[in-house]
Amino acid sequence: MKKLLITLTFLVGIFHYTHEAIAQKGYSVGDKASDFKLKSVDEKWVSMGDQENVNGFLVIFSCNTCPFVVAYEDRMIALHEKYAPKGYPVIAINPNDAQASPGDSFENMKKRAAAKRFPFPYVYDESQEVVKKYGATNTPQVFLLEKEKGDYIVKYVGAIDNNYQDASAVSKRYVEEALDALMEGDPIKEEKTKAIGCTIKWKKS
Amino acid sequence: MHMPIIPIILFTFLFWETQIPENNFRVISFNEFEEITDKPSEKLRIYNFWATWCAPCIKEMPDFEKINKELSEVELVFISMDDGRRPERVTSFMEKKGITSPVMLLDDIDFNSWIEKVNENWSGAIPATLFINPEGERHFHEGQLSEQELRELINQLK
Repeated sequence: MKKLLITLTFLVGIFHYTHEAIAQKGYSVGDKASDFKLKSVDEKWVSMGDQENVNGFLVIFSCNTCPFVVAYEDRMIALHEKYAPKGYPVIAINPNDAQASPGDSFENMKKRAAAKRFPFPYVYDESQEVVKKYGATNTPQVFLLEKEKGDYIVKYVGAIDNNYQDASAVSKRYVEEALDALMEGDPIKEEKTKAIGCTIKWKKS
Repeated sequence: MHMPIIPIILFTFLFWETQIPENNFRVISFNEFEEITDKPSEKLRIYNFWATWCAPCIKEMPDFEKINKELSEVELVFISMDDGRRPERVTSFMEKKGITSPVMLLDDIDFNSWIEKVNENWSGAIPATLFINPEGERHFHEGQLSEQELRELINQLK
């Protein structure tokens, strides 16, 4: 009996440990991503489940302040304009704590969205629960999700392309290539990429 | 008679001003970065990835510089992720903040091609720091370090 208890305690411990590790790591390609309900700059609540006639989403962790985000804003708009009609709209999520980064407050999100006339929802993950679940590490970071039988399956995680400085000099359009392959039913060649970016500004615990 | 002295002084002053970054600053490719880090050294080398626009990076820089001056067994290099088309942003930052440790601007924006070569677990977020001890063993830390955390890491690794 004692042995059994020790074994059980050990197994629970292992399970707990791996569970924690997964929770910290966030989503990988093939995982089911959870839906969210976050407030957009137009004061409306946005969920993936509320959108009709979609095949998936480009969930982009973004913000107002990161120079890499600023460099990519026009490309985020272009992605939405190209792929929303094909069933893959952009949802931009700002996960940064406004105390840690005042430029990323909800009021400043409204200003930035108005100045750039974002055609997509720009929502605030004020509690940081969504960014923790997804496991985004820096901004901008894209999660391409495909809607399959009511679930949102992660198909690509990473950068938009391989040249933040000059959109005309890009040689690898990671997100577009992933989406085009997905729509054709072809395998996605690069499912995960990395880029230098700004850290998520976490709440002080 | 005394008139030519003023331009000479001004010129000297100008030269003096720009001398710090000229000696301590250069732009490198990722290949050069690998060559530099592959070279054997008797010191614990610290490569801190930062950028002038990165607030948490700038916050930790004075502690890195302080420890680098204090400990002769440590050799610090700041690796800048700034825009290679605007190196003057980095050199003027160095002058303004009085940075004396060497700074190298790693000018390769095809990030996905090299991030995992620095460390496979690096997400690409900065600040991040690579430590290489005299045996060539590497340790990588992603995120900001306090002065105490940095000292503890150095003690473990040297």
